[in-house]
Amino acid sequence: MFTNLLSLVIWTPIVAGLLVLTTGGDQRAPLARWLALAGSLAGFLVSLPLYTGFNDLNGGMQFEEMRPWIQALNINYHLGVDGISMLFIVLNSFTTLMVVLAGWEVIEKRVAQYMAAFLIMSGLINGSFASLDAMLFYVFFEAMLIPMYLIIGVWGGPRRVYASVKFFLYTLLGSLLMLVAFIYMYFHAGKTFEILAFHDMKIALSVQMLLFVAFFLSFAVKVPMWPVHTWLPDAHVEAPTGGSMVLAAITLKLGAYGFLRFALPILPDASRELAWVMVALSLVAVVYIGLVALVQSDMKKLVAYSSISHMGFVTLGMFMFLGTNMNQWAVEGALVQMVSHGFVSAAMFFCIGVMYDRLHSRNIADYGGVANKMPIFAAFMMLFGMANSGLPATSGFVGEFMVILGAVQVNFWYAALAATTLIFGAAYTLWMYKRVIFGDIGNSHVAEMKDVNKREFLVLAILAITVLGMGLYPQAFVSKMHLSVNDLIAHVAQSKL
Amino acid sequence: MNWADLNLVPVMPEIFLISALSVILLLDLFISDAKRGITYGLSLLTLAGTAALQVYTFEPYAQYTLSNMFVADPLASLVKLAMYGATAMILVYSRQYAADRDMFKGEFFTLALFALFGMNVMVSASHFLSLYMGLELLSLSLYALIALQRDSVPATEAAMKYFVLGALASGLLLYGMSMVYGATGTLEIAAIAKSIHGGSANQLLLVFGLVFLVAGLAFKLGAVPFHMWIPDVYQGSPTAITLMIGAAPKLAAFVFIFRILVQGLDGLTGDWQSMLAIMAVLSMAIGNITAIAQTNLKRMLAYSTISHMGFLLLGLLAGNEQGYSSALFYAVTYVLTTLASFGVIMALSRAGFECDKLEDLKGLNSRNSWYAALMLLTMFSLAGIPPLVGFYAKFAVIKAIVDIGLVKLAVFAVAMSLIGAFYYLRVVKHMYFDEVQDTSPIVVRGDMQLVLSLNALALLVLGVLPERLIEICVEAMKQSLTVL
Repeated sequence: MFTNLLSLVIWTPIVAGLLVLTTGGDQRAPLARWLALAGSLAGFLVSLPLYTGFNDLNGGMQFEEMRPWIQALNINYHLGVDGISMLFIVLNSFTTLMVVLAGWEVIEKRVAQYMAAFLIMSGLINGSFASLDAMLFYVFFEAMLIPMYLIIGVWGGPRRVYASVKFFLYTLLGSLLMLVAFIYMYFHAGKTFEILAFHDMKIALSVQMLLFVAFFLSFAVKVPMWPVHTWLPDAHVEAPTGGSMVLAAITLKLGAYGFLRFALPILPDASRELAWVMVALSLVAVVYIGLVALVQSDMKKLVAYSSISHMGFVTLGMFMFLGTNMNQWAVEGALVQMVSHGFVSAAMFFCIGVMYDRLHSRNIADYGGVANKMPIFAAFMMLFGMANSGLPATSGFVGEFMVILGAVQVNFWYAALAATTLIFGAAYTLWMYKRVIFGDIGNSHVAEMKDVNKREFLVLAILAITVLGMGLYPQAFVSKMHLSVNDLIAHVAQSKL
Repeated sequence: MNWADLNLVPVMPEIFLISALSVILLLDLFISDAKRGITYGLSLLTLAGTAALQVYTFEPYAQYTLSNMFVADPLASLVKLAMYGATAMILVYSRQYAADRDMFKGEFFTLALFALFGMNVMVSASHFLSLYMGLELLSLSLYALIALQRDSVPATEAAMKYFVLGALASGLLLYGMSMVYGATGTLEIAAIAKSIHGGSANQLLLVFGLVFLVAGLAFKLGAVPFHMWIPDVYQGSPTAITLMIGAAPKLAAFVFIFRILVQGLDGLTGDWQSMLAIMAVLSMAIGNITAIAQTNLKRMLAYSTISHMGFLLLGLLAGNEQGYSSALFYAVTYVLTTLASFGVIMALSRAGFECDKLEDLKGLNSRNSWYAALMLLTMFSLAGIPPLVGFYAKFAVIKAIVDIGLVKLAVFAVAMSLIGAFYYLRVVKHMYFDEVQDTSPIVVRGDMQLVLSLNALALLVLGVLPERLIEICVEAMKQSLTVL
């Protein structure tokens, strides 16, 4: 039953997206919406067997598919997932469903193109996570830029052109260097693009360093790490709600995933040597970007900076070496943080989108006292705000706690600095929440705001359940990733010089 | 000439082409302007017939004939078939365009076919004389084609520029050839190669001649620093003619360079490699950076051509089979992409209106989302973004140069394609992000719609399944190299 499951997961949304495109102009927008909903639901449903059928006792690749694709260049259509990538595929398929619902009647112009872009992108993202061939990964990874560029540029805010071009060129810069690195490794590994073959090759330290730089530029831009993060606030602020949700929930994770799949296992020695750089950059992101978030007057920008800060936690956890070993707590914490942030950031951006649709402003100062008019909404946003600040019993807490726990084992000061995020995170999130939601009704526009409709309630409720569920029972996905993480740690512990 | 072993079979496509061409030339005299469609139909039939003969006479090895002046090998067959296709597509695309501009005359077709014949000779030449003859036939036809709109000032200017500079380049080329002749005592490419490998040729004279040859070739290809004619000619010529200059001749020029440098001057590889490397670097840098500053779409594409020729040279300078086949693949896919991009420009032009400025594309997505999508595919293919075919072209070239250890050059090349991505993105930005200005309806003939759509979609299909085309290019190159 599961022979071509991964292909199905990749191609269902893409085919659905192409179908949606054929509905044509906006006169048939309702058809496009329902078709998109059906497509994203189908995409989500076919991704579920990945979770239910996953064998927890196997740390290696599962659901593998292998077909020759371009034999002249030795590129194979080789798919497979381990406990790490599987979770993100499910997360992505889920997010796509939320995005389609989020954009339901909010998007009025070129509905078919909007929905199609998201569906196609969803398939491409699944493809990147599932690829076991470096070039296949690269093709999916790069192709994703096209729909994202259009999403920001066509449906974005006032400075959308600037933001979309910046997004495209920044990410392209990194990935082109990665391409050269792949080609170099192709010859080094004996003319193969198999990622697992890359994992086993010996490389001199000086070369490892150079390759690490190439990977770093590619993935650090995507994560994004300080100081190559500047595209993210622009892209987030200008992107439509759905674009921000996918960007924060998924594409950022792709950068962190790249470190886990490529940089760490292929270049373990360079990773160890340069871990201090990564830790330093991550801590800067956690502390400094946290402070930057505090002073934002634009809600979306605030959440965007909070994303960078949270992603700093992820990279911190990954490079928290204890001697030659990666730190089990920290790595698993980083992964939990990635999944959790996927839900929480999507929820936060959706909340801002809900308010923006009513008031057409993202400025904190334009709001005030929203709770008086939108009590249900305020309750939901409270939950997500708490999760964003890492309150226990929400998903946000688990990951941060594990990373800090790991950091204490390595260096007390790392942990102390990282822990400041619990303060800053709470500060910027709750302070924004207070100014926007509480208090007296700020102005006449706020007075006219209506509480969430059924569609919005549905999205918020689903997200709330997942956020709480993950916080109370993280074992549901930690158990899936556990053996894969063990294997990764064992692999990285071996020198490849 | 030795008549006893004269084998005309390999030359059959050319014989058919020139005979049919003569018939069209004569017939057209008796056709009134209203019935010019007959000439159009006959020209397409001629192309189809020639292509059929090409396939029919195909042999998977090199055949020499006409006293070793002419070679029919798989490389030549492949490139010729691509050129027939390109020419046919240009004729389909330019039918309405030419009719709107009073260019739908017999000369338009006969000159286009003459140019094609010249390219055929170039591609199949195994002798400096036939090489030069083919080149001149092509160039002279193109000069006349550009000036076909004789009352148009920019076109006349472009024709003059092209003519003067083209004559200069031909002179350089001839001068180089004569020096190679002086050093080796022969004009036959295979014999030149043998003489150089034998070590009897005067090395100094050879290298001196090589410099002139490379300069002449670079001019024909449009590589920096011999590129100045490209922007002016691309911009000044009517778009149909720009496409005739920018599409098939690039393929012919590629084979032309391959025959001279790789098959003839193989012994001097080290010398021409460094020359090509400098030109490749300069072409990619100047082409991409200057293109950013352009507001004219055709001029921008002209600079983009220059940068792409830099990439093509990269493949050539790798100096091995992998490099040559990657350059061949690059040339073929580049021509396909160029056809689509100029095809869309012609589709958007109408009588009295030339869609040649970037602003003319504004809001195309809301005017006609299909053409916007086609142009989108074309632009991302030129930028080398997967899953479009332009990506594999760049990928194969970069792979070839990393293989010979030039990693720094590879990094430079990807840095330049990053810069290049900017101006392709700008075209997409105009089409998708901007508000529409020109709301006049887009009327395109049905046949052109079909061919143009297939053309642009081929970029995507070949991008997802490039296997077959890559294999064909590798195979053709392998056969042509075993001759050596």
